[in-house]
Amino acid sequence: MSFIITFLSVLIFWILLSGEFSGLLLGFAVLYSLLVAYFTHDLFVEKFRGYKIRQFVKFLLYIPWLLWQIIIANVQIVRIVIDPKMPIDPEMVYCKTSLKTDLGLTLLGNSITLTPGTVTVDIGDGEILVHGIGEDHKLAIIDQEIEKKIIEIEGTDNV
Amino acid sequence: MDIITIISGIFIFAGCFFIVIASIGVLRLPDFYTRLHAAGKADTLGQGLIFLGLIIYEGFNLISLKMLFIVIFIFIANPTATHAAAKAAFISGLKPWRKKDDN
Amino acid sequence: MFNTAAIIIILASAIVLFRAIKGPTVFDRILSVNLLGTKTVVILALIGYIFERPHFMDLALVYALINFIGTVALLRYVDKGRLD
Repeated sequence: MSFIITFLSVLIFWILLSGEFSGLLLGFAVLYSLLVAYFTHDLFVEKFRGYKIRQFVKFLLYIPWLLWQIIIANVQIVRIVIDPKMPIDPEMVYCKTSLKTDLGLTLLGNSITLTPGTVTVDIGDGEILVHGIGEDHKLAIIDQEIEKKIIEIEGTDNV
Repeated sequence: MDIITIISGIFIFAGCFFIVIASIGVLRLPDFYTRLHAAGKADTLGQGLIFLGLIIYEGFNLISLKMLFIVIFIFIANPTATHAAAKAAFISGLKPWRKKDDN
Repeated sequence: MFNTAAIIIILASAIVLFRAIKGPTVFDRILSVNLLGTKTVVILALIGYIFERPHFMDLALVYALINFIGTVALLRYVDKGRLD
């Protein structure tokens, strides 16, 4: 299953990048895609779990919220950089997390980096180290909101 | 000058503004961890806005699809690189700057 | 429009280059080089429009991939002293 997913992804990516549809090039595309998929399918799809459509919809709804948070974060950064007095008070904070899967942890780490005032420094079992800029110490509340949304995306039944 | 050129120009110059802010932030902020904030957020959004402006200018074809791939890759890879830099600095024992030490 | 944007980004690169020269720690320098790489991706895409050569977009895509891999590999090397 992971072999087929990797093969199709590589093949579609090749065809989109080359933009040519002659017989010889398509033959090379299939050949190289088979070769690459044979070597790397266990890296590309670690373990196939049946995702439901509901989780995919939750993920699609998560993206606009994340984009809005990125815009808020950038307005904050612009305000900090332009202000001559530079209103910052950096701090390292440990937060707890209940996420277990690699996908969930990756999504959580990248989201924390992109959302206002926080950057992920280290991620371990059940614990993340967050570096916060800014003078208001509301980091933990925002991070728990992100985590709640990601748990909804992951689903609880197939962890 | 039609409306599409104007909209894409607004996006491109907004992206330039955020990239310049990221550069000034990297120059001005006091230590490595705070510089990561400017580099990880403002630069990601700036690049995204510039490529969005180019996509609007180009219309839908194969080139704008490639630009969409670049945008998706940037939004995954840039926070990951920021996290890798922060983790490497933290493991090597770089102390974060605190406000009290400054006074 | 594309000319002006490219000039603004080159000036921003000069600011980042100053931090790369000055940077007190090695991580500051790596971060600055990463930022220079991401600006290079944008400049490559804009050059494709200035000289009307759409194939520059392929170069931008490949440079984005290489820049990410290079940054992570360099950080790993600084961190552990080896690359395996």
